[in-house]
Amino acid sequence: MNIIIVGCGKVGYTLVEQLNGEEHNIVVVDEREDKVSSITEQVDVMGIVGNGASYQTLVEAGIAQTDLLIAVTGSDEQNLLCCVIARKTGNCKTIARVRSPIYNYEIPFLKDALGLEMIVNPEFASGSEIARIFQFPSAVKVDTFAKGRVELLHFRVAKDSLLNNYELINIRTKLKCDILVCMVTRGDEVLIPRADFVFREGDVVAIAATPTKATNFFRKIGVGMEKIRTAMILGGGTIAYYLARRLLLIGVETKIIERDLARCQELSELLPRATIICGDVTDRRLLMQEGLATVDGFAALTGMDEENILLSLFAKQVSHAKVVTKVNRINFIGVLNEIQLDSITYPSLLTADMIIKYARSMNESMNSNVENLYKLEDGKAEALEFYIKEVSEVTDVPLQDLKIRKNILICGINRNGQIIIPGGQDVLKVGDTVVVVLTHARLNDIRDILED
Amino acid sequence: MNFAMIFYIVGWILQFEAGFLLLPGFVGLIYQEYIPAAAFFATAVLCWIIGFLLHRKRPRVFDLYAREGFVSVSLSWLAMSIFGAIPFVVIQDIPNYIDALFETISGFTTTGASVLPEVESLTHASIFWRSFTHWIGGMGVFVFIMAILPLVGASNINLMRAESPGPSVSKLLPRVKDTTKILYQLYIGMTVLEILILCICRMPIFDAVTITVGTVGTGGFGIKNDSMAGYSPAIQNVVTIFMIMSGVNYTVYFCLLRKKFKEAFSIEEVRWYFFIILASVATITWNTHQMYGSIGETIRHAFFQVGSVITTTGYSTTDFDLWPQLSKTILLTLMFVGGCAGSTSGGIKVSRFVILTKAVQKELSMMIHPRQVKQIRMDGHNLPHETMRSTNVFISVYCLVMFASMLLLALDEFDFTTNFTAVVATLNNIGPGLAGVGPMQNFSIFSNFSKLILMFDMLAGRLELFPILIMFSPACWKKY
Repeated sequence: MNIIIVGCGKVGYTLVEQLNGEEHNIVVVDEREDKVSSITEQVDVMGIVGNGASYQTLVEAGIAQTDLLIAVTGSDEQNLLCCVIARKTGNCKTIARVRSPIYNYEIPFLKDALGLEMIVNPEFASGSEIARIFQFPSAVKVDTFAKGRVELLHFRVAKDSLLNNYELINIRTKLKCDILVCMVTRGDEVLIPRADFVFREGDVVAIAATPTKATNFFRKIGVGMEKIRTAMILGGGTIAYYLARRLLLIGVETKIIERDLARCQELSELLPRATIICGDVTDRRLLMQEGLATVDGFAALTGMDEENILLSLFAKQVSHAKVVTKVNRINFIGVLNEIQLDSITYPSLLTADMIIKYARSMNESMNSNVENLYKLEDGKAEALEFYIKEVSEVTDVPLQDLKIRKNILICGINRNGQIIIPGGQDVLKVGDTVVVVLTHARLNDIRDILED
Repeated sequence: MNFAMIFYIVGWILQFEAGFLLLPGFVGLIYQEYIPAAAFFATAVLCWIIGFLLHRKRPRVFDLYAREGFVSVSLSWLAMSIFGAIPFVVIQDIPNYIDALFETISGFTTTGASVLPEVESLTHASIFWRSFTHWIGGMGVFVFIMAILPLVGASNINLMRAESPGPSVSKLLPRVKDTTKILYQLYIGMTVLEILILCICRMPIFDAVTITVGTVGTGGFGIKNDSMAGYSPAIQNVVTIFMIMSGVNYTVYFCLLRKKFKEAFSIEEVRWYFFIILASVATITWNTHQMYGSIGETIRHAFFQVGSVITTTGYSTTDFDLWPQLSKTILLTLMFVGGCAGSTSGGIKVSRFVILTKAVQKELSMMIHPRQVKQIRMDGHNLPHETMRSTNVFISVYCLVMFASMLLLALDEFDFTTNFTAVVATLNNIGPGLAGVGPMQNFSIFSNFSKLILMFDMLAGRLELFPILIMFSPACWKKY
C-alpha cells in the first residue's frame, strides 16, 4: 500500500517504524524540517517538508496514488482539514487523530460529514483501556476489533465454574444474561456454538457484551471475583476524565487528585459524582490520608513519566491495588519491563496500534466486498465487517427468522456509531455495519451468510 | 565506530566486485586472450574469497549510522580499486602497480585520466575492464547493490547518501530499494540505447560497448590513442548527445517516465545546465571558427568538447589545448561547474553554483536593506539553511583540497598550467587538462608521489570530499 503520514511526532514515528516493516511505501509530511529528516535518516521512507493540509504538499507527496492517509499532527483541526483535502484530491481512505473532548461526542457526525474512515482519540482510547484493566478480572483477556468498537472477552471455563457442562441456551433462559457467545476454542479447534452447545472444562469462551452486562455475567458464573469498587486517579488530565467517566458509569467510587485548582473545578463540574481533591500528588501524607492503602484501583496519569512511575511503585508498596501507570516516552520500554509494575499504558503506542490494525485489515480486504477483515485465534477464525448498502433478503427480517449457515455468527451491529449486540429480535438495516465471526468459510457478500 | 559492520560491508562489496571481474574475463575468452582471461578470473576468485572471509560473520550490532556509512563507502571504493588494479599488473599491460592503481581509481571515479601513452596495444580484456569500471563507478556500486539486494535491517540511506553526488540526496520513491532500482533501470536503458545507436552508426561492437559505458558513466577512457577524433562525425554527435544526457539530473527522466512533463522542465538546475552549455558552445564556436573547415565542423567540435568537459567525461575529438585562450578558459571554468546533482557526472555541480549565486544575491540585497528578511528559494521550495551551509563548506573545503594538492604537486617542477589543470581535472573527475596533461598527453609524467596525490583527489572528488576527508579525522576511528 502507499501511505502518507502527516505529522512526525511520537505517534507518527511509531507508525512509520511499524508500517515500514510491512512492505508499505510511506511518505511522511511535517512542517518542521528537522522532524522529517530525523525520520528519513532512520527509516527508509520519503520525507516532505510542508503543511499536510495544503493541496500542493499533498500532490507532491503523491496523493493520487495513495491508498491511506493518516493525519497525526498536534492539531485536531489540521488533521481533519488534511483528511478532507486528501479525500477531495485523491481516492484514499483517511484516518485522523482528534483528541479534544469537545469533538469526542461528535465523532460519528464528523466521520460521516467529512468522509473519514476512522477517527482516533488517544486519550479516550487510553481511558477505555485503563477502565478495561480495572473492570475485568485478570482471568479475562480482551480482544478489540472493528476499529476498537467491538470487544471480545475471552475466558477459560474452570472445573468449578458454573459453565462446566452447561448448555448454552441456559445462559439466556436460566441465568437471564444478555450476552452473546461468539466463539469457543476447544483444543486446537475454534467453534461457533449453537443454542444446544455444551461447555466443557478448559474451553476458552469469547463473548461480546456491554461492560455492565459482562460484569454481571462474570459474577454469576464465578469468574474471578476481584472486582474494583474504589479507584484513585492521580492527575486530572483528559485521560483521567475519560477514565473517571467510564468508571463512574459502572459504579466505581472514583477519586481524582489534581494540583491545579481551576482544573479541579472544571472536573468537578464535568463529573459531579466523582470526588475531586486539589493537592500535590507527590504529597505522601495526602495520598495516605485519601486512603491509598485501601484502594482497589490506582492509576498514575500525571504529565510526567518519572512521577507516574515513582507513584506507582509507592502504591504497589503500600496497597494491594491494581496499579496502572501512564508513560508517554516510548524509547525506554525495555527498562520499564524490568521493574515490577502491574500494567503500563503508552497512549502513543495505543494510538499507533489502533491505526496499524486498521491499516493491516485494509491491506487484506483491499480487493473484496468486505469492509474489514480480522484474524482471530491465530487465524483459525475471522471477523468480517460488511457495510449494508441496499435492501436485500437479509435486511429488515428478525435474525431468528433468517436461515444462517453453520459456523457463522453475527456478533455486532454498528448503527450510526451505536454498537448493538444482536439478539433474535434484532434486524439488519440499510446503512448498518455488521460484524460477522466465522470459521471454515469464506464470505464475499453479506447475503452469503444465508443457507443456499 | 562499528568496525565489524564496516568489514562486513567491505566484504560484501568485494564479493560483488568479484562478479564484475568475471566480465572482462569473458571478453578475454571471446578474443582468445587466454592468459589475460585467466588473470581476471583468478583476481575474481581472490576477491571473492577475501570478500567472503570479511562478510562471513554477521556483526552483533547491526547499526549503520552516518559515520559508519561514510567510512564503509570510502573504504569499499578503496578496496575495489586495490583489487581492480591487480589484473593490469599480472597481464603486464601496466607493469607498475602504482600506475595500475591510478588507472583503476581513474576508472572507478569516472575520471578517465590515463597514465598510458598508448592504449591500442592493450589486451581487449584490459581495455574492457578499464572502461567498464566507469560504468560501475558512474551510478555507484552501492546504489547498484541496493537496487538488487539491500542490506536487510540496516539504514541503507546512509550508504546511498555517501555515494550519491549533489548537495542533498532526494529519493524519487519512498523506498531506497525502489529508488535505486529506477535509477539503474534508467542507467541501463540509456546504456543499451547508446550501444544500439552507435552500432547503427557502424561502430564496431567492442568499440560501441566500451565507449558507451564510458559515456553514460561520464568516465572518458578512450580506446584509441586519439580518443574520439578518429570516429565519424555521426558517432561523435551521438556520443555528444549521450554525454550531455548523462549530465542531467536523473529526476528529469523519472518525471518524464511518469509523464510529469511540467515538473521535468521546471527544475532550475537543469535549465541552467542547458543554458551554460549553449552559451559556452556559442562563444567557443565564434572564437574558434577559423581553425576548422566549416561552421558545422566547428559547432560539432565545440559541442563535443563542451559536453565532454561539463559532464566531466573527458573524451575529445580535437586537441583543445591548441584552442585560443578564451575557449580554453571557458573549458577550464566548465571543469569546475560539472553536471547536475543526481547525475553520474562529477565537479562542483550546477545546483551548488545556483545556490551560491542566490546566496550572493541575498547578501547584496541584505547590504541595501540590512533588516530585510529573505528566504532563498529553489524549485519553488525554501532552501533550508542546512543546505546553504553545507554548500558553502563544500566549496571552501574544495578550494583547500585543490590548493593543498597543487602545493604538493609543485614538487615535480612542472609549469603552473600543467599542475593546476592536473588537479582540477582529477578533482572534478574529468580526465584531460591543459598543457602537459592536455587531451593528447597523459599523466605518466608525474612522480609516484604526485600520482598518489592525484588518486586521492579523484576519490575525494567522486565521493564529494567528506566521506574521504572524514577518514583523516582521528575522532572518526575511536570506538566511543
